[in-house]
Order: sequence, then structure tokens, then C-alpha cells
Amino acid sequence: MLRIEGLQKQYRTGDAALRGVDLVVPAGEVIGLIGPSGAGKSTLIRCVNRLVEPTAGRIFLGDDEVTGASRRALRRLRRRMGMIFQEFALVERLTVMENVLAGRLGAVPFWRSLTRRFPPEDVRNAFATLDRVGLLDHVDKRADALSGGQRQRVGIARALLQDPDLLLIDEPTASLDPKTSRQIMRLIGEVCAERRLAAVVNIHDVALAQMFLGRIVGLKAGEVVYDGPSAGLDATVLTRIYGEEDWTRTARSADGEPDDAAPAAPAPAPRLLRAAAE
Amino acid sequence: MPVSSAADGTPVWRRTTRRRALLAWFAWLMLVALVVAAWNEMTRDTIWAFVWDAPGQAADIGTRMLPPRWSYAGELLRPLWDTLAIATLGTLLALPIAVPVAVLAARNTTPSATLVRPLALLIIVASRSINSLIWALLLVTVLGPGVLAGIVAIALRSVGFMGKLIYEAIEEIDPAPVEAMQATGASALQVMDYGIVPQVMPAFAGITVFRWDINIRESAVVGLVGAGGIGLSLEASLNTLAWSQVSLILLVILATVLVSEWVSAKVRHAII
Repeated sequence: MLRIEGLQKQYRTGDAALRGVDLVVPAGEVIGLIGPSGAGKSTLIRCVNRLVEPTAGRIFLGDDEVTGASRRALRRLRRRMGMIFQEFALVERLTVMENVLAGRLGAVPFWRSLTRRFPPEDVRNAFATLDRVGLLDHVDKRADALSGGQRQRVGIARALLQDPDLLLIDEPTASLDPKTSRQIMRLIGEVCAERRLAAVVNIHDVALAQMFLGRIVGLKAGEVVYDGPSAGLDATVLTRIYGEEDWTRTARSADGEPDDAAPAAPAPAPRLLRAAAE
Repeated sequence: MPVSSAADGTPVWRRTTRRRALLAWFAWLMLVALVVAAWNEMTRDTIWAFVWDAPGQAADIGTRMLPPRWSYAGELLRPLWDTLAIATLGTLLALPIAVPVAVLAARNTTPSATLVRPLALLIIVASRSINSLIWALLLVTVLGPGVLAGIVAIALRSVGFMGKLIYEAIEEIDPAPVEAMQATGASALQVMDYGIVPQVMPAFAGITVFRWDINIRESAVVGLVGAGGIGLSLEASLNTLAWSQVSLILLVILATVLVSEWVSAKVRHAII
């Protein structure tokens, strides 16, 4: 579904964020993108829908090339790519329903969106999607009245309403508590499975990635240094991605139960203490 | 940086380097010198006999002002209404100019930062640099005396003020929702409608009411040069030395401003 060839991005400041990334995501597969801060995860995801303009390389969505597409063509391609953000990126002063319907903006003429007279089918879809993410009771609330987890559900509903082929998900849980993070990751996994969506999920939390994602791509300094099953994330691989650190506790959790019940996420404090002591 | 070591090797920290401290002292010295020079300039042409006489003069005018001529109030209603109309219509007329100029001037919405933005900023600066009284003077000669000149004068001055504040509000929005709207494949107008307008709306309403409040005061003044409103009555009373009418007009203006401030505070509170 998504094919990236030799993707490079050099920012105007001279920082090379991506140095030749190749990546293929088949339809229906959800992959996790991990790597240290500054490795280029966000840049990669934003290059796919060209919120960030790539410097070199080619990106294909299905058979259509995203790179080099005209503005009109790009808008049409963006309709097929839903995006979910770390800070939710909702329009705070609009209602939940308006935020969700915003997912249809690419498909609806301007005057309809201005007067908020969306096609009945879109509104029906919005209700169904809000029901699916468990927010049917909050349709008429303003987005800034919701909790973090609820806001991210609105973000998910908005992306789903685009009826996309691909989801680009940028740190979906980084602003959420551990329990909500798991719920959101499970929801993302479920809806992708229901709709056979491909998805690229940027994620900081290695344990969470192992818990919910089958395939992991490790990015370091703009290059792919690991591409394989999440079970293969052992201490050596994590060292290759993130650098030297005591990974034994994190890596061990990969063998454990991929379930909430398992206290999989290692508490960072002892690890840090140990690192400081060494 | 101002970290050095003492003779025994312990690190010493100062907020500024010696050089910067000297520079700051020099700047203060220049400021004092400027004040002294300005004072000399001011006093050179002052006729001190008039100044010593001032308290007596003020007391004299004060007694002539009191009591205000209350019976004159009936004749003020019409000019007061004109003044309110000048302020309100002037603000409304400024809006459809100020908003597009602000959109063109804001760094994150301007179509071209090298061509269009400087032009929009020029419009804003030009409008702001000329006081509404001077606009009114110009317009009275062009349009003739009357309310219309006042309305246009107020509007021309307000464009810059509102344009500047609105474009600053646009530049301060959270870019994340804008990005999210672009990611859905929305057109530029739709991005503006969903991503930008809701974020700017409270500031926009606040700025408009604030400017309306200022314009009520300014429209009382533009009448002095013939642009209609209560300022006309004030000028007439001043010219005929009818001090008891002047005091009444000042009281009416004060009351109007108080009411408008109360209204604008209420409205701003309700919106945010």
C-alpha cells in the first residue's frame, strides 16, 4: 500500500533528517516506527503526506506517486491518508462532531463545509464512527471539554472518517497515561484490522510497541537499522537503534504476555539510577 | 560569560560582565542628559508669568464651568447619537478592510512573504501612523464637513489598529490543527475556516469591541475639526466661551465612555 524508495530529507538548517529510507508497508499491515528523538520518525511520517517536502526519493500510495504530485493531485492523495497526532491537533473551540466531520473536508465542497451542511451519509458515518470509538455521548461537546484519551479518540474518528487506505500515526500515546495509552493502541489495532488499513505508528514506548505491533522498523539518525518482527527486539537490536543502555528488562518483556495484565513497561527510574551508577 | 576565578581558584559569578555594566551606566547617563536638555529646550520659550498665573486662571474657568448648564442637555442628544454612529459605523467599515489585510500580513497565512506581506504591513503602518484627528482634517476638506468624514476618518485609523492586532493573533495560533486540516486534503479556504478562524475568533471579537470602545472617544474628538458628532458642539461652546456648556459636554462624554467600557468589558468576558 505504501512504498518508500530512497527517501531523503535535508532541512534548510542543513540537518539531514532522513538519509535514504526504503520501506514497504503492504495493505492491512500496521508497523511501528521506533527510534531515539531526532532519528527522523516524525519527518518520515510527514514526508509521506508531504506536510514536509522530501528532498529526494519517491513515495507511492498504491500505484500513485505522492512525490511530484500537483497540488490538486496531492489533496486527492491526502484524502486517502488519515493522520493522527501526538497532541491530538483537534480544533479546540469546535464541537466533537465538527472535528470528526473535518475528516471529510477533502471530499466536500467549500460552501458545504462553511455552512456545516455535510452530506447526510457523512453525518451518518460520523455517528457510526463516534459510536465505534465510544464517544457517542460526547457528540455535542466542545473538543476542549474532553480528557486526553477522549480527544485522541476524536482524532482517530476524524482520521477514520476520511475512509483512508493508510493511517499515519505520530506518537499517539505520548501525551496519555499508561492505561489510556494501551486502550488507544488497542483501538488503533482493532480499527486497522476491521478495515484492513495499513498504518505507520511512530512510537516512543518500546514496550508498548512490542505489545501491540507485529512489525517494527527501527530508525537511527535517518537510516533504517532494523526491520523485523517485534519479538526480534532484543538487547543487541535495541542497542543498535538507541545506543548503549541496559536493555535486559525491556527486551525481556518482549517474551512475556502481550497483554495489559503483564506489567510490561519497565519503570524507568531504576534503569536510570543504574545507568547513573555505572 | 561573567564567570571568572578568584585568586584562590574558586569560581566567581556576576550577572553581567564589567563591559556590559559600564554600557548600562553610560545608557542611564545619556538618559539623564537627555532629560536635562529637553527641560532646557522646553523652558526657553515658556513665558513664566503665564505659568505662575495658571492656578488663578484655572480656578476662574472652574467657577465659570460650574454649575453645568443642565438645560443644554436636550440639544446634546442628537450630536451624541451622531458620535455613537460615527464610532460604530467607522468600526464596522474598518472590519472588511482590516481582516483581509491581517490575513495577508500574518506570516503563516500570507500568500507571499516577500511581496504581499510588506505591502499589507505598509497599509497597517500608514493607517496607524496618522491620528484620526488628522485623517478627519484631511477628509473634511475632501468630503466636506459632516458625519461621513468622521466615519471614514475613524475607519481609516481603525484598519491599522485592528489589522495589526488581528494579524498578531493569527500568527500566535497553534499550528497543529492547521496541519491536521491540511492532512485531510482540505483546500486552503477550508483550512482557514476550520483550522484558523475558530482559533482567532475570541481575539477577533475582543479586538473589535476594544476598538469600538476607543472609537467612541475618538469620534468625540473628530467633531472638533468639523467631522460631526458631539465634538462639533464642544467646539461651538468653546468658541463662544460658554464654559458651563463645555463642562456639561465633558460630563456627557465621560458618561458615554464609562458605558462603552462597561459594554466592551462585558462582551469580551462573554466571548472568552
